[in-house]
Amino acid sequence: MIVLREVSYTYPEAADPALHGIELNLQPGSITGVVGASGAGKTTLAKVIAGFLPRVDGGELTGTVCVAGRNLAELSLVEAVGQVGLVIQNPFNQISGAKYTVREEIAFGMENLGTPRAEMAARVKQVAALLRISDLLDRSPYALSGGQMQLVAIASMLVLRTPVLVMDEPTSQLDPFGTRLVFAVLDQLQQAGTTVVIFEHKLELLQAHADRLLVLAGHTIVADGSPTEVLADERVDGWAIGSTRYTRAARLARGRGLLPVHGALPVSFEQAAATFGGAR
Amino acid sequence: MTAVRFENVRFRHPGGVEALRGVSLTVAAGERVAIIGQNGAGKTTLVRHLNGILQPSSGRVLVGERPTAGRSISELAASVGYLFQNPDEQLFASSVRIDVEFGPRNLGCTPAEATARADEALAAVGLSAQAQSHPLHLSLSERKRVALAGVLAMRTAVVVLDEPTTGQDARGADLVAAVVETLAASGRTVIAITHDMDFAAEHFDRLIVMAAGEVTADGRPADVFGEAQVLERAAVEPPQLFRLAQRLGWPQRPTGVQQFVDAFAARAPR
Ligand SMILES: Nc1ncnc2c1ncn2[C@@H]1O[C@H](COP(=O)(O)OP(=O)(O)OP(=O)(O)O)[C@@H](O)[C@H]1O
Ligand SMILES: Nc1ncnc2c1ncn2[C@@H]1O[C@H](COP(=O)(O)OP(=O)(O)O)[C@@H](O)[C@H]1O
Ligand SMILES: [Mg+2]
Ligand SMILES: [Mg+2]
Repeated sequence: MIVLREVSYTYPEAADPALHGIELNLQPGSITGVVGASGAGKTTLAKVIAGFLPRVDGGELTGTVCVAGRNLAELSLVEAVGQVGLVIQNPFNQISGAKYTVREEIAFGMENLGTPRAEMAARVKQVAALLRISDLLDRSPYALSGGQMQLVAIASMLVLRTPVLVMDEPTSQLDPFGTRLVFAVLDQLQQAGTTVVIFEHKLELLQAHADRLLVLAGHTIVADGSPTEVLADERVDGWAIGSTRYTRAARLARGRGLLPVHGALPVSFEQAAATFGGAR
Repeated sequence: MTAVRFENVRFRHPGGVEALRGVSLTVAAGERVAIIGQNGAGKTTLVRHLNGILQPSSGRVLVGERPTAGRSISELAASVGYLFQNPDEQLFASSVRIDVEFGPRNLGCTPAEATARADEALAAVGLSAQAQSHPLHLSLSERKRVALAGVLAMRTAVVVLDEPTTGQDARGADLVAAVVETLAASGRTVIAITHDMDFAAEHFDRLIVMAAGEVTADGRPADVFGEAQVLERAAVEPPQLFRLAQRLGWPQRPTGVQQFVDAFAARAPR
């Protein structure tokens, strides 16, 4: 669905590329998680996949980005937006500034894509129910808490029903139930054939929901595999992506001679239950 | 000594939403308190009363045993430092250093003292090398830490942090946790709002749970995380290792890695 070939990108006036040597092929009906330390290039990659770079912020892109077999650079902005939805990192900045109610705010993107009125209303209702924000629809998009704003930002993209959905840290302001809800929605989208790419720091949720995990470090992809495989990789400390509490507990227990030191460390709840629940 | 106190505080936003529906609570000087609870529960609205950005529709808010009513925002700023949820609401200057020095200068510090405080605060948040940068050229997570440095440089007795770990990578989250520990060790009162249950459990002695404009639980993390119905109503869940211990049927309620491993060690000696 999305193919990146030898992609490098340099911001205007920057000396060094923010991304280089990116090779990526993402299948429909999959959830790809991307992790990486701050500054590794996550937001840049999100914007490249969504066709915002270099189109919106300038800079220089080399290599090719293809969506559904077409070169993204050759699509018009409206065509690109119709293919790839991007939930940007700071929800406080995603609100359009053009609308008086959350209902209109969520519908804003559909207006630009020419969706019929009647269908717009129905879709807004459906997506608001999905994200449990129906009670906010008549409120001003500015008179919201941070987490409510983030849910509205997510709704504004989900409602477009693009074949590709890119989300840059979409749960940063959400309460634990809201975070789980977003991941449950991603599972549904995956079932329906959407190509999902999520940039996120919450390793245990990526482990549970992503089919594939990429690690960005030093402005390029340094690991690519199943989440369980990647999180158990012996190079993990060097990537500065942290580790789950399960891994940390097992490390400490090994250090104190409470667990055998051979074999992979647990990275998930289930693995940790097996590690710590086994008879001692 | 009381650091801050809310007495039956109600607040209605101009839009008409009643965000606080009678909150009463007292935080003693030197306590470290985490406020958790669902999106829209009223957490930010509550803490914005502490530096006078908001005044209650009814009830009273006291800082340092005196009501905030009638006190100016700049007077309160000398007692309460507030890290905004959205750093872009907080930062205004054309360089990181100017931004961080602004608070201490306003408090009447000499330029040299303001510079020294900014240096210390920027080191604490891991941004010494970015002092000359324009805040807008930094990432969101870095901007949040610049805003945190600005709060630290004020050296207020009470420090209020609205979602300080949001968007931080592993190193950023460790830096923020270390800041909380350092503040607490120096006797300051720390009040933090967070959706990160592990962070709340590992670095705070007291948890306040909010749901729909009210406080629904208030106690030690190990106790509060045992109250399943309260948590459910507030859309939160226990920390990861606490849940793992529950699943394994252990009697202990570990809130962090150390306690979890201690509990494991105590189970069946070899
Ligand atoms: N400026 C505003 N005008 C009107 N209503 C507001 C405003 N800001 C927040 N609200 C409403 O007040 C209630 C409490 O919001 P608040 O920001 O205090 O929540 P919160 O607990 O901090 O949530 P979050 O975890 O999402 O940050 C919510 O219903 C919210 O929609
Ligand atoms: N608008 C910009 N102009 C110049 N450099 C930028 C810009 N945005 C990001 N960068 C740089 O590009 C690199 C990757 O940043 P980013 O994609 O935001 O990382 P992440 O999302 O992983 O934190 C960093 O070195 C950052 O400083
Ligand atoms: Mg980013
Ligand atoms: Mg808030």
